Amino acid sequence: MDASVSPKRTLSSTFEADVREIVTAKYVRAAQVSDAVAGAQPSLLVEPGSEQELAKVLKLANAAGLAVIPRGGGTKLEWGNPPERADLILSTARINRVIEHAWADLTVSVEAGCTIAKLQDTAAKHGQRLALDALWPERATVGGVLSTNDSGALRLRFGSLRDLVIGITVALADGTVASSGGKVVKNVAGYDLPKLVTGAFGTLGVITRAIFRLHPLPKEMRTISCPTLNISEAQRLVLAIQNSKLAHSALQICCGTEMQPQVDVLLEGTEAGLNAQSAQLKLMAGEARQDHGTGEAWSKRQEIFSRAENDADNFSVAKFAALPAKIAETVEIIGRVAPSALRWSVVAQATGIGWVRMDGAASEIAPAMRRLRELLEGRGGSPVIVRRPAGMADLDAWGDSGDSLALMQAVKRQFDVRGTLNPGRFVGGI
Amino acid sequence: MESRIFDELREIVGPRGLITSREELHTYECDGLTNFRVLPRAVLLPDSTEQVQKIVRVCHREKIPFVARGSGTGLSGGALPVENGVVISLTRMNKILEVDIPNARVVVEPGVINLDVTARVAAQEYFYAPDPSSQSVCSIGGNVAENSGGAHCLKYGFTTTHVLGLEVVLADGSLVHLGGKSLDAPGYDLMGVFVGSEGTLGIATKIILRIVKRPECVQTLLAAFPSTNEAGAAVSDMIGAGMLPAAIEMMDNLAIQAAEAAVHANYPNCGALLLVELDGPVAEVAALMAHVDEICKKNGAWEIRVAQSDAERALVWKGRKAAFAAMGRISPNYIVQDGVIPRTELPNVMREIGRLSKEAGLRVANVFHAGDGNLHPLVLYDRRISGHEEAAEALSSKILELCIAAGGSITGEHGVGEDKKKMMSKMYTEPDLETMQRVRCAFDPLQLSNPSKVFPRPRLCGEKPGEYAAHPLETAGIAERF
Repeated sequence: MDASVSPKRTLSSTFEADVREIVTAKYVRAAQVSDAVAGAQPSLLVEPGSEQELAKVLKLANAAGLAVIPRGGGTKLEWGNPPERADLILSTARINRVIEHAWADLTVSVEAGCTIAKLQDTAAKHGQRLALDALWPERATVGGVLSTNDSGALRLRFGSLRDLVIGITVALADGTVASSGGKVVKNVAGYDLPKLVTGAFGTLGVITRAIFRLHPLPKEMRTISCPTLNISEAQRLVLAIQNSKLAHSALQICCGTEMQPQVDVLLEGTEAGLNAQSAQLKLMAGEARQDHGTGEAWSKRQEIFSRAENDADNFSVAKFAALPAKIAETVEIIGRVAPSALRWSVVAQATGIGWVRMDGAASEIAPAMRRLRELLEGRGGSPVIVRRPAGMADLDAWGDSGDSLALMQAVKRQFDVRGTLNPGRFVGGI
Repeated sequence: MESRIFDELREIVGPRGLITSREELHTYECDGLTNFRVLPRAVLLPDSTEQVQKIVRVCHREKIPFVARGSGTGLSGGALPVENGVVISLTRMNKILEVDIPNARVVVEPGVINLDVTARVAAQEYFYAPDPSSQSVCSIGGNVAENSGGAHCLKYGFTTTHVLGLEVVLADGSLVHLGGKSLDAPGYDLMGVFVGSEGTLGIATKIILRIVKRPECVQTLLAAFPSTNEAGAAVSDMIGAGMLPAAIEMMDNLAIQAAEAAVHANYPNCGALLLVELDGPVAEVAALMAHVDEICKKNGAWEIRVAQSDAERALVWKGRKAAFAAMGRISPNYIVQDGVIPRTELPNVMREIGRLSKEAGLRVANVFHAGDGNLHPLVLYDRRISGHEEAAEALSSKILELCIAAGGSITGEHGVGEDKKKMMSKMYTEPDLETMQRVRCAFDPLQLSNPSKVFPRPRLCGEKPGEYAAHPLETAGIAERF
């Protein structure tokens, strides 16, 4: 890893002194090798204690022409393309309060460095939740999850972050702190900037605060898993369930070189409602297993990222988007592009969003991913590579971003004209 | 505008697609908010994306501002023409292009009427969820511009929840595709910003919608309470008990009287009426309905009815959906307001509205989407009485200020448009508004697409983005951001 790390730049001593002035010396330190971001070695790590401090540091860095990498829990820092430059890591670790849980209004206002687990614990005290099953909730922060637009199986029923975030505050590269939206669920005053910064990979501004709508925790939950013979049968079952009157919260297909396709269904509601729905589901699915408590099936998305036993750096993960009725076709394509030496596994949700992992040599994974991209893009889908072994750094994470790229670049120029924030990490060189 | 430009436009849309006669132009001088009126120079009726692009290219070259218009039912003046500008009416682009049931997608042109989408997929037991009260006449393009809501957005979300992709003609005439049939296209969520941008970022010419499977059953309960306080407490208890009904609507006594007079919905005459709709699997709805009934009784409901048939349910909703228009039965003139508050502020805000109403000597009828705190106070007045109209407008603005002070919003579903742009500075700070306008500058640097709407003060796109400065109220410790 060290060999591929770009040499760090020496920052001016006045810059460092000014930053110390803002956040105190205690929260400024030289970046370590472990702070490298996808091969780029930053010089400095700063941990501001407030939104205002963060904005001031960002403004200084912008004026000094430095490249800034915002960082929350660092769980998904390898997602996206490697940064073109990286001078300063701006950490939100200390900006982590739950500002207000207005439980009677089903909203919560939190700072960006708050972990998802802390947010969920707060909401659960009043029987509520952020209806989002994010990856690594213990460490992942609100800012990072928003910036990467991470979503799990609950998206089918509750939507993704863009449907759950109702207010946002961002610090722009020039030090402007701006809010949009608010703490009411229904609000059409002004542009919907919460959606713009969700999934923007920190390239437009650093999220400092967010307000979410919450949902009640379900009274009862039940997972029903149905083994199927092949992917076509799994697809048929998923479409039948989607076309039925069941009110399921999540629905996914898991399969791979070492696993028969299985369909998992999550039901939530009252006991009477669940009994009736389970019975209906069994009529549709035939043989089925019921899991009343552990919900093991729903951690499969996270498991897809787990390191190999010997900790070898020999796997890649891509997120793909396909039409809901094309999940089987997508899985068949994955099977086709992966040479026999590669092992692969897929977790695909009924929304058409899925995750594919390939295990093997980088020299075999890279062409398989390229071919997969070609075939899925031809069908209106998109694989985005989020995890890759060292030997695959030159493969673009994003692929084709369509005819609106020029418009995206114009938005980027308006928000960050000097390319200070996460340069080169996003689509089309943004 | 010179005649050569008219000739060029006529060439694009044909003689029947160009309106320039004064009498005919009057039809387009306002939208559903009739107190603002501006006569456009011309109205164009394109029937294809190519025609829209050609028109917009001419406008761009000649720096002629344009305003896109759907059915013209908007309530904030969003489709109000601009001086020396043209109106591009999209009513002729009204085809449903594609219905894809397995993927639950429908692709439409912007002039398609909201309810027609549901009608098209009803046989397969699907529906298009956003249901503004004007859904039998309003267009999908207009819904996209305004991010329209409706009674059922408590559970189903807004227009933005159900739009997956857009084809958009930008202000320079170029065509872009935002989002798509599959989710999470790589790049910024420009579609998310476009929905609700009130026509200021371009013209949507094709829209990919998500449709929803009809629930197994729907039940609607009507409960009569002594006042809005008790009804409000019942709503809080339902939410507190972890329920998410499909809709919770509230009407106060004045609104009930008006609705009764207009459509004879057979509402009980009470201080406040709650309309609760639950949908989902039969067993689930039955269990929850029993709980709703219990909560209503506990909070003092003296009459509870559950609609027994589809016809009864339709009648219950007819009364609610006709509530705005029904005001004509009890008052010569009225202003429809649209504000949002955190639901828990309802008793305080209602008390204040009552006080302001008494102070102004004007009646205020209240209709709410109670589940999400979206208020529609209707200020009743008589234009013939001197000073009444001004007093009504002042009262209506004060109600919005109450909403802002309670931590809410100046609009939940009607939009800012022309009507509320001045209120934007009361809700947002300068840096907030300036940041939103950076998006505008990226999409439409010449500011030709529906200019002078939404923002109180347009930002010149060449202007150097300023840095953060605290709002005076903030510095004084009076207001906090958010």
